[in-house]
Amino acid sequence: MQIPTGFEAGVEGAVLKADVRELDFYYGAFHALKRVSMPIHDRMVTALIGPSGCGKSTLLRCFNRMHDLYPGNRYAGGGIVLYPDNTNLLSPDVDPIEVRMRISMVFQKPNPFPKSIYENVAYSLRVRGMRNKNELDDRVESALKGAALWNEVSNRLKELGANLSGGQQQRLCIARALASDPEIILFDEPTSALDPIATASIEELIIELKEKVTILIVTHNMQQAARISDYTAYMYLGEMIEFGVTDQIFIKPQKKATEDYITGRFG
Amino acid sequence: MMKAADLAAIRAIITRAKRWDLFFSLLGILSLMVGVLTFTVLFVDMAIQGVPRLDLDFFTSFPSRRAANAGILSAWVGTVLVMLLTALAAVPLGVAAGVYLEEYAPKNWMTDIIEINISNLAGIPSIVYGLLALGLFVYYFGFGQSILSAGLTLALLILPVIIVATREAIRAIPQSIHEGSYACGATTWQTVSDHILPYSSAGILTGVIIGMARAIGETAPIITIGALTFIAFLPPAPFTGEPPAGLFDWMFAPFTVMPIQMFNWTSRPEAAFTVNAAAAGFVLVFMTLAMNGLAIYVRYRLRKNIKW
Repeated sequence: MQIPTGFEAGVEGAVLKADVRELDFYYGAFHALKRVSMPIHDRMVTALIGPSGCGKSTLLRCFNRMHDLYPGNRYAGGGIVLYPDNTNLLSPDVDPIEVRMRISMVFQKPNPFPKSIYENVAYSLRVRGMRNKNELDDRVESALKGAALWNEVSNRLKELGANLSGGQQQRLCIARALASDPEIILFDEPTSALDPIATASIEELIIELKEKVTILIVTHNMQQAARISDYTAYMYLGEMIEFGVTDQIFIKPQKKATEDYITGRFG
Repeated sequence: MMKAADLAAIRAIITRAKRWDLFFSLLGILSLMVGVLTFTVLFVDMAIQGVPRLDLDFFTSFPSRRAANAGILSAWVGTVLVMLLTALAAVPLGVAAGVYLEEYAPKNWMTDIIEINISNLAGIPSIVYGLLALGLFVYYFGFGQSILSAGLTLALLILPVIIVATREAIRAIPQSIHEGSYACGATTWQTVSDHILPYSSAGILTGVIIGMARAIGETAPIITIGALTFIAFLPPAPFTGEPPAGLFDWMFAPFTVMPIQMFNWTSRPEAAFTVNAAAAGFVLVFMTLAMNGLAIYVRYRLRKNIKW
């Protein structure tokens, strides 16, 4: 396993799960990611921070090839290698659907399908061809338990997902992302549409989830990054400015730019 | 601290500015009335003339030389059958084309040209479709002056309406739902069949009904392909008659439709036929309104479970 130059493993026992290598990305003519490199450690929370437009969401959406849905987007060099099988997620030979089956995503605004709570969670399993009712029931239950939602919805699984509160909807989306047993879950500012109490419960959940799954989270909220992440990457104008163990980034950043952003002097 | 004089000045300004609100709302009501009143007057006039003429015999009689005996049996059966074929042909084609353009087609100059052309197609005079159909369906494919030719002609006519409605209904689905489906690992077809079609069905249905309501009143293209104005028989029902008719023989039967029957009666000199025309017109408007009513109900049912 190769760790990109300039980065150290940092946390004891950390194993690489994925590795962004000198990634370039364009929206049409706009150079949105400039030779970005960073490691993602297995069963750790890695936070991406930086001002609006710095490319952190763009980088996140490379991980599940979301950019492939829109014309004009271009991966222009480098790649994201997923371990242990050394697959380059961005290779044209790799089917984006295969990537999305391995890496799931939770969006900024809760986006439950206009279906029942049960069907929302079961959908990730149905696209994987699961038809057995008992098996589906079990997996839906364990995903909802994993998302700390089971106790609230166990007797109303047939109700519409949209009838839940905002925080519950987001946990439903987490259950949907969790049901398929993914290797990595991507969180794109998952609490920015939620109130502080719902935010706290999602943060707690993310810390629990990292026992089982690798987590990459984009956040605007620096306290949130400090609270829940093991590693933090600071991005600015499409470049990776600094990557390191969260404590070190927040207490003793190596770069002046990072320090300015974190202390609120900029951004 | 605001002085009384300033306050009075501000109030004067507001009063003056608000005159435009009043002016525009009056203008708006007037514009609205032009449309609504015209339709109401026409409809009431038609109803006063025609409704007394409506009885069961009117629906179960063929046209006749004597106004009192004449009915709309062949016309309403023809309209229903033509509409059935129109819907069967136009809905799958239009929805498939709309879904393809929104979900599958690459965005390039080719699809841009197709898009512009679809909008243009909706504006082509219907008689042109009639001419096209006369050459294509009636002669080239040899369907003759039949219900099938008429159904396909009207299907072509309303295809752009259904395509545009399908695309708009799909675009009304939030991007986040779309991305959510793909993020679960769904293929494009799974996204379309599990999400896009179910969530846009209410909007698509609205487009279908708008198209059908247009088609039901079309006269010109139907005359062009050679619908008859005097039909005193019904298309053969499957497996009836001697020798027994095939399952699809009715499609190839000559026919007439409601607007043609009306047109035919209005061109007669006797006043009694004008009354017949008014009665048929009333039935035709009622058919359209019933279709719209059904659409509103089904749309309400479909939308009840769709919340973003």
